[in-house]
Amino acid sequence: MGANDLSSVGQSVRRKEDKRFLTGAGQFTDDVNAHNQTWAYFLRSPHAHAKIRGIDTTKAKSAPGVVAVFTGGDLTGVNGLPCGWLITGTDGQPMKEPPHPVLAQGKVRYVGDGVALVIAETLAQAKDAAEQIEVDYEVLAPVVDPVAALKSGAPLIHDGAPGNKCYTWALGDKAAVDAAFAKAAHVTKLDIVNNRLIPNAIEPRAAVASFNRADDSYTLYVTSQNPHVERLLMTAFVLGLPETKVRVIAPDVGGGFGSKIYLYPEETALVWASKQVNRPIKWTADRSEAFLSDAHGRDHVTHAELALDKDGKFLGMRVQTTAAMGAYLSTFASCIPTILYATLLAGQYTTPVIHCEVTAVFTNTAPVDAYRGAGRPEATYVVERLVHAAAVEMGIAQDEIRRRNFIRSFPYQTPVALTYDTGGYDACLDEAMKLADVKGFPSRKSESAKRGKLRGIGYASYIEACGIAPSNIGGALGARAGLYEVGQVRVNPTGGVTVFTGSHSHGQGHETTFAQVVASRLGIPIDNVEVVHGDTGRIPFGMGTYGSRSLAVGGTAIVKALDKIVAKGKKIAAHLLEAAEADVEFKDGKFTVAGTDRSKAFGEVALAAYVPHNYPLYKLEPGLDETAFYDPTNFTFPAGTHICEVEIDPDTGDVQILNFSACDDFGNIINPMIVEGQVHGGLAQGIGQALLEACVYDKESGQLLTGSLMDYALPRAHHVPSFKVATKVTPCTHNPLGAKGCGEAGAIGAPAALMNAVHDALAGAGVTYLDMPATPQRVWTAIQTAKH
Amino acid sequence: MYAFEYQRAKSVADASSALAKTGGKALAGGQSLVGAMKLRLANPGTVVDLSGIPDLKGIKKNGSGDNAAIVIGALTTHAEVASSPVVRQAIPALAELAEGIGDRQVRNRGTIGGSIANNDPAADYPAAVLALGATVQTNKRKIAADDFFKGMYETALAADEIITSVSFPIPKKAAYVKFPQPASRFALVGVLVADTRGGIRVAVTGAAAHVHRATAIENALAKSFTADAAKAVKISSDHLNSDLHGSAEYRAHLVSVLASRAVAAAR
Ligand SMILES: Cc1cc2nc3c(=O)[nH]c(=O)nc-3n(C[C@H](O)[C@H](O)[C@H](O)COP(=O)(O)OP(=O)(O)OC[C@H]3O[C@@H](n4cnc5c(N)ncnc54)[C@H](O)[C@@H]3O)c2cc1C
Repeated sequence: MGANDLSSVGQSVRRKEDKRFLTGAGQFTDDVNAHNQTWAYFLRSPHAHAKIRGIDTTKAKSAPGVVAVFTGGDLTGVNGLPCGWLITGTDGQPMKEPPHPVLAQGKVRYVGDGVALVIAETLAQAKDAAEQIEVDYEVLAPVVDPVAALKSGAPLIHDGAPGNKCYTWALGDKAAVDAAFAKAAHVTKLDIVNNRLIPNAIEPRAAVASFNRADDSYTLYVTSQNPHVERLLMTAFVLGLPETKVRVIAPDVGGGFGSKIYLYPEETALVWASKQVNRPIKWTADRSEAFLSDAHGRDHVTHAELALDKDGKFLGMRVQTTAAMGAYLSTFASCIPTILYATLLAGQYTTPVIHCEVTAVFTNTAPVDAYRGAGRPEATYVVERLVHAAAVEMGIAQDEIRRRNFIRSFPYQTPVALTYDTGGYDACLDEAMKLADVKGFPSRKSESAKRGKLRGIGYASYIEACGIAPSNIGGALGARAGLYEVGQVRVNPTGGVTVFTGSHSHGQGHETTFAQVVASRLGIPIDNVEVVHGDTGRIPFGMGTYGSRSLAVGGTAIVKALDKIVAKGKKIAAHLLEAAEADVEFKDGKFTVAGTDRSKAFGEVALAAYVPHNYPLYKLEPGLDETAFYDPTNFTFPAGTHICEVEIDPDTGDVQILNFSACDDFGNIINPMIVEGQVHGGLAQGIGQALLEACVYDKESGQLLTGSLMDYALPRAHHVPSFKVATKVTPCTHNPLGAKGCGEAGAIGAPAALMNAVHDALAGAGVTYLDMPATPQRVWTAIQTAKH
Repeated sequence: MYAFEYQRAKSVADASSALAKTGGKALAGGQSLVGAMKLRLANPGTVVDLSGIPDLKGIKKNGSGDNAAIVIGALTTHAEVASSPVVRQAIPALAELAEGIGDRQVRNRGTIGGSIANNDPAADYPAAVLALGATVQTNKRKIAADDFFKGMYETALAADEIITSVSFPIPKKAAYVKFPQPASRFALVGVLVADTRGGIRVAVTGAAAHVHRATAIENALAKSFTADAAKAVKISSDHLNSDLHGSAEYRAHLVSVLASRAVAAAR
């Protein structure tokens, strides 16, 4: 950061947004009610796989309060939902992109697939009417497991995707990897299932769509992480409307974790139908619907091998992954197990050669897409489980094997396409070991043993690629959109600043962090800065929030706009101060003629820009309002080490987390409190994946067995220990904030650290392998199996 | 939720005749019934609210010596039982059981009458009623615990029969140990071990279609009331529940483990 900064950067400023959230004044989509509004209910498929022979809506249409009933056949002129990322397979062919209809067209492909949209005066009437719809299904055998879906004879989900295969894709030099394995002193092999997760944001998805007859325009309030992308995809690809006719507003959003990035069928159907019925329509998913229809995460089956020399140096890695896509390709589904996964397999290590092959598969389940971490938790899990197992097999200490392989010189070109700009992996490992009191572990372990308990410790040294992403690289890899961000800084006549950002805040605290950046740069109080996000009608454009990109990319766009503000301010100040522009410097909120005490305050310059009585109008426009589009030149690479300590009760299989320490390098930090909160939340979700969460579909019927919180276990307060967290800083070298991103780190590092700890604890009981989640039943069963 | 009629009963007789007339459902804390209605899994037509009936609430100690019992009104909430000094003093196991039900909100609404009338296979209270040899008092009769729980969500209650109170004889000592199902936090398995005036009684919830007595453990404990004796009993997994969260074998194993822990904790 430059010398222009006021002190608030780096301070734990209280969150500006919390007043409205804590006093119940937030405005969420479900708080929006339009005049003359109707209610929507989606009739969903009770079958995982079935042909629709016919749908009779006659009774439903005449049910009390019903305004309209639409089925797939009514949606003429409406295209399917697009996928935003084209993966080209090893065979040179584009991935298979079967249609993703807004409402089922002749076939349903998962339990929860939308079959009809009922619009009525009340929600209860819409639900009652939906029960009157008669759907004639010809039930087909489903396949819900990605490996089973690839077997010959598996039920065919899409005619356009033979063998249920979407693509097989690969990265890395296979011949070089084979050669490395040929000379290895030791090879560690693992078969890993990365469990499917259901995101469960606290606010379910919701939408309110209105059509305005006066100018043929639409307004959509929707729970979205990226309203501009939502509008772009919906208008250009699905509904064939001009963007100018659709305003998308994502007001306060109660968490997303990825699940609200995507263009979903529900809001698309609502926008279309709002014109048909010429009335506003509201829909809010209930929790059961969220379970069925939100995009899920993870769901990988992997075989991985690590080749080492006799000293434990990594020589090569090979990874084969089968990744479930679900029934349809969700917006970014295809890039998660490829671009955001295989590229991370180097981790923090100098592994010289890596080869990864990924086969993406359709299954009769809800679509799978990005969920906090998206690809990177899966990669970290593969790498860190391999490293842990290799260390155990070779008798090398867990920290030592990592140190023998850490990357220490930057920039570093990995064998899997990424170039790390900077990092300091030893520092995070050292600090995490201190926080975790690794030295005291042996005595704690024997104390546990006296009580008949098994204690274990586990490490994960993770890396992630954030700050997504350089558009040209994205484009070369198949992205169908740009990946820049937009920031507009509007200095108002009396000096207050409104910042319009294409990033979206749904828990991240941007209204505070971004205000800190702006206030510091301009030398004004934070309260003079308003941050506006989530409205295509107010913000020029934007790509939204995902991949821990908001500060690194969205924040930088704002900084670039601020640079323009300052540059113009200097011109105005030079005129006011009758000095040469080159002699004017901006510091502490003042434009000063260098080497003099002659200055103009920022507010004076702003006023002059809007009341240009004394102003160089002949060469400078009035006003002080600047926009910047920022396209990053590289990804950012947050990294760190997490250490987890667990105690297992062998009689019940219960796993207790006793200690969790995390030392992360997120580059420069604007607000430590917010960063710590992001780490805590991420760790809680990572603990959820490792200990509790598993989405399970019944293999025979394709029914979702974990369709509610009665069966899908989310972490509770008592599962989550009091975290010990610290940060180390190596600033990102290619954005002016030096920021890397912190939103996903917890969810990326925690599962591997926790499962490594569980494996360490169970080693004495003879258990060598356990998949997530380490539920009591699973742990107990593994112990029993090892006994016999 | 489907539309339904709501009636607020003024007396037990009033409630019973409303139930008989409408074929509806009694409403106590609503923590099971309303949830099922919201999901459209229950459609009672008429809901008869018991909460306005006086005398269905409260905790008192009756009798003395070998006849001493704690009598709890059907509408008494889990939170009231958990925090009752009378219960804590006489049957700490019962107060602790109530304290472990659901969450704070659930404990402040849910009632003992509702819980045992519902007879969820994984509910906690049925274990206490059965192991402590309680008597269920209804508007029509007294029902012994051993005759009350009939099957999954099935009890001896007639459609218009209303529980008014439950009487728990005070045991010499008892403890309840629950191993929660990771998602719902109901009992994956819960075991209540009681040394009662009528002998050792051990009730198991969560493991099977409904609460039942673990006679093998009772017999072992009658010979030697020790944790090891309970743990040594091999429970057969036949007829035990098997689901995502626990196989029948795992549940069978937990029954002995939890019973042994209950023996160790009994007071
Ligand atoms: C989130 C959550 C977590 C929970 N966790 C647990 C747990 O860990 N352990 C556990 O045991 N339970 C748990 N429960 C259930 C809870 O204890 C309920 O309160 C209880 O099962 C029902 O009691 P109620 O008073 O709410 O009854 P209601 O829901 O009002 O009624 C339940 C049934 O009993 C009938 N009924 C009610 N009162 C009487 C009466 N006096 N006479 C005859 N019939 C009657 C009703 O007609 C209905 O059929 C949980 C519930 C929730 C919502």
